[in-house]
Amino acid sequence: MGTNKGKTMPIFSFLAYPEKNMKDQLIRDLSHMDYCEVKASENQDVLILLTDTPDEETNKDLIAAIKEIKSLQSLSMTFGHTDL
Amino acid sequence: MTITRREFIRAMALKSAAVAAATMFPGISFAGWNPTDLPADSIVWSKTPCRFCGTGCGLLVGVSGQRAVAVKGDPNCSVNKGLCCIKGYHSIQILYGKDRFTTAYVRKNGKMVPTPIEEALDIVAEQMKASIEKNGKDSVSIYGSGQWSIPDGYAASKFFKGCIGTNNVEANARLCMASAVTGCLTSFGLDEPMGCYEDIDNADVFITWGNNMAEMHPVLFSRMLANRKSKTDVRIIDLTTRSTRSSLAADKSILFKPQSDLAIANAICYEIVKNNWVNQDFVANHVSFHKGKTNIGYGTEDHFAFSDKAETVDFEAFKIFLADYTPEAAEKISGVSAEDIKYLAALYGDPDKRVTSFWTMGMNQHTRGTWINNLVYNIHLLTGKISTPGNSPFSLTGQPSACGTVREVGTLTHKLPHGVVMNEENRKMAAKIWGVPETNIDPKPTYHTVEMFRALDRGDINFMWIQVTNPMVTMPNLKRYREGAQKDGRFIVVSEIYPTPTSDVADVILPSALWVEREGFFGNSERRTQHNDQLVPKPGEAMCNTWQLIQVARRMGFEKQFPWKEETYIEDIWNEYIKFHDSPKHRMASYKVLKERSGVQWPFVDGKETRWRYNGKYDPACKDDTWDFYGKPDHRAWVWLRPYEPAAESPDTEYPFWLNTGRVLEHWHTGSMTRRIPILHKAVPESYVEINPEDAKILGVVTGSKVKISSRRGAIVMKASINGRGNPPEGMVFVPFFDESYLINEVTLDAFCPISKQPDYKKCAVKLEKV
Repeated sequence: MGTNKGKTMPIFSFLAYPEKNMKDQLIRDLSHMDYCEVKASENQDVLILLTDTPDEETNKDLIAAIKEIKSLQSLSMTFGHTDL
Repeated sequence: MTITRREFIRAMALKSAAVAAATMFPGISFAGWNPTDLPADSIVWSKTPCRFCGTGCGLLVGVSGQRAVAVKGDPNCSVNKGLCCIKGYHSIQILYGKDRFTTAYVRKNGKMVPTPIEEALDIVAEQMKASIEKNGKDSVSIYGSGQWSIPDGYAASKFFKGCIGTNNVEANARLCMASAVTGCLTSFGLDEPMGCYEDIDNADVFITWGNNMAEMHPVLFSRMLANRKSKTDVRIIDLTTRSTRSSLAADKSILFKPQSDLAIANAICYEIVKNNWVNQDFVANHVSFHKGKTNIGYGTEDHFAFSDKAETVDFEAFKIFLADYTPEAAEKISGVSAEDIKYLAALYGDPDKRVTSFWTMGMNQHTRGTWINNLVYNIHLLTGKISTPGNSPFSLTGQPSACGTVREVGTLTHKLPHGVVMNEENRKMAAKIWGVPETNIDPKPTYHTVEMFRALDRGDINFMWIQVTNPMVTMPNLKRYREGAQKDGRFIVVSEIYPTPTSDVADVILPSALWVEREGFFGNSERRTQHNDQLVPKPGEAMCNTWQLIQVARRMGFEKQFPWKEETYIEDIWNEYIKFHDSPKHRMASYKVLKERSGVQWPFVDGKETRWRYNGKYDPACKDDTWDFYGKPDHRAWVWLRPYEPAAESPDTEYPFWLNTGRVLEHWHTGSMTRRIPILHKAVPESYVEINPEDAKILGVVTGSKVKISSRRGAIVMKASINGRGNPPEGMVFVPFFDESYLINEVTLDAFCPISKQPDYKKCAVKLEKV
């Protein structure tokens, strides 16, 4: 915690919707990204994505990178917290 | 195992997403991960009824370590199905105000001194004994609450009525629903609504009589709006004396003059009869007609006494009585157009529409509160719209256990857990269950609430124990009763959680355990009993109110009647209490069942809850599968001939405004809990007086201007609110009573319904002056 003193440490959760028939690909794409944790539904075409980044800048870059993923159709934020 | 703050936030983030996913995709699952699984020592969710209003929403309280940290709606509770209002969502914060009483205090040489609770309990017992020895058993009293848990009220009744032998047992529910009780008893012979909240899902028309459900029962109001949204022709009609948030959401809002609901209800009946909308079969088989005394007074003088006398009449007499209430005649009294009265009658009279009427304080805090309850029942009885899904005359309760603890346990001067003190058989039953001689239970009621505080002022009562209520804010004509409580020779015990104007007048303050700091039961508006476990530790020396009563009773020699162990006394009390209701008319669920479920409705017979009483299709106490109003000896519901009579005090040239008082969404009653929840306090930080814009213009005041409100009893100065949340009509002002800094009840009048003895907080005359 000492190294992050004074910095915000964002945690967000999202519902991530895959493009048609690309759920497995989306799981792989997100799972391979740093700061991401994925919980995939086994009976619906939706994933839970948790992002846990050390600072605002990393978070901003991460979200930008996620939005570039081709297998991702849309993201809906469900939780946001910037811890100190 | 422990988790860090960051791990906890991550878990909450995942859970929020899971909840959102489950809302959008019912039945969704996640391989290898159950979103409700969290580390065992991080957060544990347990059910409880909400601490606040009489709706009885089921909550899940999340406890981490020994602290309540989160609240969510209980999806298993049919009342709210997972929804809460703003008070419910923030409810756990009431546990953690900085100025909680955690030790007892005793007044010594004029100062309140921290005292070990065992010593304070000794003093309470000694003072009670001394008062009884010197001035007799009727010199001691207890004043409780519709926020008492059921075991609190039961222990108080057994102790005072069964052991000491005084009927000086009252509760603040006298101030909020006594007229609903007497309305039920006079019309049906038994108390509490016959319907249930499923009526909200089934009705086509809702008519709200003088209640602001959007703020006072917001979860039920949302359920009503959901019904309207899901169907094509559901209508909500707001009959009101002041425009509110409920008015804004209604399909039609009809303003009427204070007290004139009596004339409107009779005019609706006139129209129903005139247009042959009477359900003739229902009336012929299930209804009888009666009239009572008229010009019955207002109770403003000490020792006021009244008892009604019923005279049986017939339908023809009823028709003759109604001739005075043509819509045009009622228009002159009420200010409601004859056209609107006919519209209301047509809604009630339409055989294809299911109609639910709701009311709360507007009809109950009324000097003819019993009568207006009777008259709305009359409408439903004439049309046969009762005790079937969606057809329901429904008195909503204000407090979380006004029904469970006051109406069912019977913590009023005339009541016993089953029946009344005047009835020998009821006294015998109580004496047998309580293990006391029959002669202990006095067959004469003593004082209703207003008269009890008058007796304290006069010195007829010397000792009063107040639990879970704040009468030094809520009593009408307050100045007299506050001064009375402080006179020499009075001894006041207050069981409380926070400092209040009532604890200010105490000689002993006992720190109480609050809500989920102890085990208990509440009973809500729809006959639903709800159990909660103790979920968090009590702070300091705080003690459950029931246990306080048991401790004092034992000190006074009643160990035999209060033998229970601290580990099991709530269960033991429940098992004893339900013996009073062991019949198909009122059987209650077992302790085990209540612990398991998010509330159970009585009568609970053969494992089945009763949704609609008095209808044999649903109610096992009925003699066959049709309606059976078994509370009355003739097995019929009673239609009453009750006329319009004016209010106790009306505006005149000296005091030209009506004063109406009430509540706001964010604050619970006198605000002693909700004003300690920062977000609720910030939302409505202080009370105010709502003034109609035209009146404000004449007075020369704007929002924020200081205004002096004076009556024949007292005066206060507070800020004006113009075009705020509510808007009274010209000639009326409205003041919320949640703020102890502005004691509006120093201005109100202690007039009451002579039958229910419930005061009218909605009508007295005041004048306004710009300060």
